[in-house]
Amino acid sequence: KHLQERRQDGAAEGSARQQEMEKSRPLWDNPVQFVFACISYAVGLGNVWRFPYLCQMYGGGGFLIPYFIMLIVEGMPLLYMELAVGQRMRQGSIGAWKIISPYLCGVGVASVVVSFFLSMYYNVINAWAFWYLFHSFQDPLPWATCPLNSNRTGYEEECEKTSSTQYFWYRQTLNISPSLEVSGAVQWEQALCLTLAWLVVYLCILRGTESTGKVVYVTASLPYCVLIIYLIRGLTLHGAVNGLIYMFTPKLEQLSNPKTWISAATQIFFSLGLGFGSLIAFASYNEPSNNCERHAIIVSLINSATSIFASIVTFSIYGFKATFNYESCINKVILLLLNAFDLEEGSLTADNLNEMKDYLMATHPQEYAQLLPQLKNCSLEAELDTAVQGTGLAFIVYSEAIKNMEVSQLYSVLYFVMLLMLGIGSMLGNTAAILTPLTDSKVIATRFPKEVISGVVCFINCIIGLIFTMEAGNYWFDIFNDYAATLSLLLIVLVETIAVCYIYGLRRFEKDLHTMIGRKLNWYWKVMWAFASPLLIISLFIFYLTDYILTGTLQYQAWDGTQGQLVTKDYPGYALAVIGLLVASSTMCIPLGALVTFVRKRLKRERVSTVA
Amino acid sequence: MFAFLLFVSDAQNAFKVRLSIKTALGDNAYAWDANEEYLFKAMVAFTMRRYSTKTTTQISNVLLCNVTDRVSFWFVVTDSSKNTTTVPGSEVEAAIRMNRNRINNAFLLSDKTLQFLKISSTLAPPVEPSTPVWLIVFGVVLCLIVAAIVFLVVAGIQQRKKKNKESTERENLEEKGEVTITIENGIPCETLDLKAGHINGVFSADDERFTSL
Repeated sequence: KHLQERRQDGAAEGSARQQEMEKSRPLWDNPVQFVFACISYAVGLGNVWRFPYLCQMYGGGGFLIPYFIMLIVEGMPLLYMELAVGQRMRQGSIGAWKIISPYLCGVGVASVVVSFFLSMYYNVINAWAFWYLFHSFQDPLPWATCPLNSNRTGYEEECEKTSSTQYFWYRQTLNISPSLEVSGAVQWEQALCLTLAWLVVYLCILRGTESTGKVVYVTASLPYCVLIIYLIRGLTLHGAVNGLIYMFTPKLEQLSNPKTWISAATQIFFSLGLGFGSLIAFASYNEPSNNCERHAIIVSLINSATSIFASIVTFSIYGFKATFNYESCINKVILLLLNAFDLEEGSLTADNLNEMKDYLMATHPQEYAQLLPQLKNCSLEAELDTAVQGTGLAFIVYSEAIKNMEVSQLYSVLYFVMLLMLGIGSMLGNTAAILTPLTDSKVIATRFPKEVISGVVCFINCIIGLIFTMEAGNYWFDIFNDYAATLSLLLIVLVETIAVCYIYGLRRFEKDLHTMIGRKLNWYWKVMWAFASPLLIISLFIFYLTDYILTGTLQYQAWDGTQGQLVTKDYPGYALAVIGLLVASSTMCIPLGALVTFVRKRLKRERVSTVA
Repeated sequence: MFAFLLFVSDAQNAFKVRLSIKTALGDNAYAWDANEEYLFKAMVAFTMRRYSTKTTTQISNVLLCNVTDRVSFWFVVTDSSKNTTTVPGSEVEAAIRMNRNRINNAFLLSDKTLQFLKISSTLAPPVEPSTPVWLIVFGVVLCLIVAAIVFLVVAGIQQRKKKNKESTERENLEEKGEVTITIENGIPCETLDLKAGHINGVFSADDERFTSL
């Protein structure tokens, strides 16, 4: 009788499972769409604006050595693991980790929370890209010249103190306030661009993989076309070679600096977008027999190659900009001397400048001494040394270089379209990480259609994103950019690796992969997953914690309009509280999830035992 | 000598002029000689005459001094009716401001390359269309995106209605027993094509209970 009961229960469970599988999971049309989606997600703005900065700071060409070592030791294994988990469990992040162990549902929730924070602030970058793109259809470009002051006798004061490109970014785009405390009003122009950016994202994710799969063909390939055009244009610019030589000369002594290795590890980690749940979401839409090992290697290699490719373009642009500024500086000095001493035009050139300066100092010492404070010492190295990263690089340095090119409108449009493609590609991954768990959960998915869920998520994010369009919005953006994802992701991926290796069991995972891919798992992956990657993540985590603790108060860069430059300020109390909340809300999900599951199981067991 | 005295005593009515001919014209630059100076004096006289009809300034009323290689010099305008006095600087300034364009064109130069050092030029404002260009582009892109979203949403709703109608038709057919899908235990046979249907875990365990022969 006991056997019969078990068989009936088994049949009932079996029929329930079959009914679930009848409503089949949407799939990518072909593996190419999956690879393109991963590339589109991983290759983002960080490849363009963070890697060249790191390359410059940590030893030029020599930085490639720690970068590749970290790619092989950390990047590829962790990427393969996430894709394999997603493909095996065929669920979003919450469901996948629940299958591995019910106590780990907190990991999935933490991933969703971090993705939510990321999508809140990341789309603002797309809004800025739209703003610059729409302003590229003018002649001359609006950031090429300073606007006139009120009585039209000269240029705006703030613009005179700084450059026209910086003025356009800080005043006309952001309208930035002097500090975080001064919130200011919502800028309606930025709010419009943000709304448009969210509408575009909604359009792409509206139909799930059906629409996303088509969009990623464009968002993955278009940036490469633009980068190639820029490579050709960049290498032919006057002075580009200066930049390339200066940046790529290896300074191998930087290899002994521990910060170099940590930056390489961090860059690989965040550049691939691990821990957000997007990769798991993308892989869950794969056929179970997809060869995710090959795809993981391809995606990580393409990601790193794109970083190097983008930095070649960036360094040639740097070289062009530095040479242009250096030559302008020299010309200004020449003009000053010509006017002061009434010398004939053309008598002072860049070549004889130094000798003439000495000659003038000897013949007219008093006038020369009066002029001395205005005579700047122009240096090409000083111009090349200005290392910029982040929005400063993308929107200030590049637009400055573009305004000096011929046919600047065309290059401007191409560049900002490329930024948009990179940004939207990453946004697709972020929203997939949020939406896949929502559409997987039966509670929500049965009641609301996919379009409504996506629409609600986009709407909520758009409303919250209006904070970043206020006058102090850029400061809040920096807070989110620096703190929302960094520590939490390290912890999430660490827990993921330990969970797969030790809780789920490496042997069991190996068997699953064997059934999926059909090949035996290479010993290399096993060693990396079990030992190398967790150790590396733990050391990164310890380093960042000690760094935060040692620096004491956190500071930020505020724009001072009266001086025309950035000044360092301390964060006020409530900003520090927000930072703490950001980090805590995602990391606390992991233990909380385990606790809630434990309590629930306890209650169920008590209920069952009282019934029996 | 006379002119020099004028420059010294009425420094506020004298103006320094600076020309950058080579910068403006490059290879087509002309040399600055006495003829060009004559043209300059003529232009200033013309400017004064245009400014106020009552003055009858002659070319001889405009005095140049201290011409350098830079090509820069000082000039004053004397008043012919009152001897040895110079026209007030404010009048000269206003006159030149009014006719700056004509003076520039006579020398093929611009405000930047023909500088009157005390007279700041009013910079031409940039041409601004009535609606900013960016709003137009924004409007176009916005309309396209919204149209695409509406199209996809409506198509999705129509698709779902069709699917619902199809599934209700299928249910009706099943009730009539006309469907040829073999069903076992309420589960269509195609989905049972897994190992779970063929191998029963309960029985394989029982086999081990018997000792092997």
